[in-house]
Amino acid sequence: MAVNSLTTPQKKSIEFSGSTARRYYEGAIAAFLFLCAAISILTTIGIIGVLIFETVEFLRQVSIFEFLFGTVWTPLFEPPQFGVLPLVGATLVTSLIAMVVSLPIGMLAAIYLSEYASRRTRSILKPALEILAGVPTVVYGYFALTFVTPLLRDYIPDLKVFNGLTAGLVIGIMIIPLVSSLSEDAMNAVPNSLREAAYGLGSTKLEVTLRVVVPAALSGIVAAFILGISRAVGETMIVAIAAGQSTILQFNPLNPMETMTAFIARVSLGDNPQTSLEFKTIFAVGMLLFLVTFLLNIISQRVLAKYREVYQ
Amino acid sequence: MNEIETYEVQRRVKQRQQLGQIFKWLAFTATIIGLFFLALLLIDTWNKSVGWLDFQFLTSYPSRRPQETGILAAFVGSIVLVALTAMIAFPIGVSAAIYLEEYPTQGTLTRFIQANIANLAGVPSIVYGLLGLGIFVRQMGLGRSILAGALTMSLLILPIIIISAQEAIRAVPPSLRQASLALGATRWQTIWNQVLPMAFPGILTGTILALSRAIGETAPLITIGALTFIAFLPVSAEPPFVDVGSAFTVLPIQIFNWTSRPQAEFRNLAAAGIIVLLVILLGMNSIAIFLRNRLSKRSTY
Repeated sequence: MAVNSLTTPQKKSIEFSGSTARRYYEGAIAAFLFLCAAISILTTIGIIGVLIFETVEFLRQVSIFEFLFGTVWTPLFEPPQFGVLPLVGATLVTSLIAMVVSLPIGMLAAIYLSEYASRRTRSILKPALEILAGVPTVVYGYFALTFVTPLLRDYIPDLKVFNGLTAGLVIGIMIIPLVSSLSEDAMNAVPNSLREAAYGLGSTKLEVTLRVVVPAALSGIVAAFILGISRAVGETMIVAIAAGQSTILQFNPLNPMETMTAFIARVSLGDNPQTSLEFKTIFAVGMLLFLVTFLLNIISQRVLAKYREVYQ
Repeated sequence: MNEIETYEVQRRVKQRQQLGQIFKWLAFTATIIGLFFLALLLIDTWNKSVGWLDFQFLTSYPSRRPQETGILAAFVGSIVLVALTAMIAFPIGVSAAIYLEEYPTQGTLTRFIQANIANLAGVPSIVYGLLGLGIFVRQMGLGRSILAGALTMSLLILPIIIISAQEAIRAVPPSLRQASLALGATRWQTIWNQVLPMAFPGILTGTILALSRAIGETAPLITIGALTFIAFLPVSAEPPFVDVGSAFTVLPIQIFNWTSRPQAEFRNLAAAGIIVLLVILLGMNSIAIFLRNRLSKRSTY
């Protein structure tokens, strides 16, 4: 049994010393458990397979050059044009705003929780912050559209009802817990001896934090930051509700803009025939989205693995 | 050291300490800014929902008239979807976690599976929707049914269940396993009789948290084509009580639909729907926290 040879340890076979029936029973269970674990691989194959299959179909009718570098995205008009850059640009704008919000706030929160807060304060604030990550994104989208945008419009008259700014801000707030908890883990991993050495040289707490702890935890913070970007790029409901549906290539966050994810959601909601070219576009855009987030996740993991080696 | 120099040093030390105080408050503000935002969100949504959240709202099917519409179909749809998702994802997720933790061959394959699970946890949810659309809705011919939705959701939350179940299993002390093996129990007997009962509250907590993620997800269900106007329930009086082939809608989809409409009435209905959704999530999280606390009290090892 090929699977069994993978699941049975070569040396420690002492627990398999029972009857033959029992050995087969144990082997069958091990095989079943392995199959369950292998479902995760099948999922990845499924994702890549579906995306590649449909994207290849799409690229038969649209050149890959036009898709990746075209600046006009009008798949639903005549004549249809499939330049993905407007969607990429919108995704870039909202993600950038989200990171401008979540990086400083998330990092400061991590510093407070890791360096300043008492045990008691920390035990209250940390789970409370985690609630932010548990609120469904459709709720954030609703709040962005019905509360944040009207509020901002009082101060920024040029702001449209649907705009990239609000969506970016709210995504930023949503990913604060992600950035802060990963950064905090990195700061906690900094050995106390480093802090004590700096205190011994006469540093204040601020100097210890900013000149010793943060630099020592930097790779963890960078990893958190990159993972944050990945989350912002993949966020769908907030942008689908609050950012609008304009697919003109422009970078003004006060205007409506449609991100890659929002486009997929909008086309899925419409009633285009599933065999049409318009419908295939969502897989091509999905492929791009998957590749971008996958790459960001891999980079984040690499950075994180590097920092783990330092202190263990 | 003369007097002027001493004064200068003291002044600088004081300055540095003051800067530290300012920074401390800045960091504290940053920590609670998110909570402030959350409080605003809850208050604002509650205020908008007042007057709309009533018995009629909870027990009606959707309607084009805001006064007569309700979330019954979405509510039941969410419950059935989560129940189906739990039935699919829980056994698979826990089995996978047992394999990865208790059968430590440390082979390339196990490491590959582990890395793969970590990556799957970072895939945007809408990509899972495309997967569900391609595989379950089209290839397997399940159509836009609640079963296709549950399968998609299962794949989405599997990485979360596996990772949290692994942590719960890892927390079981090795001495327990060694004692069991020394008494002649097989590996599976050890897992079934010792490890799993011990890890169960932790596994359950992780699963509930993963399911609460599934209840709030919208994007993948939009992609696989959940509808918004459903005037029937995916349940029946005879066994198996659930019609898995039925079209369906869920709370987040209904909320999204109402939010997308320009009329203020529907926006308020969306707020009422959000309150219902948040109450369900609060309930699920409370159960998870309760289980976690019980676990920490019981584990005396």
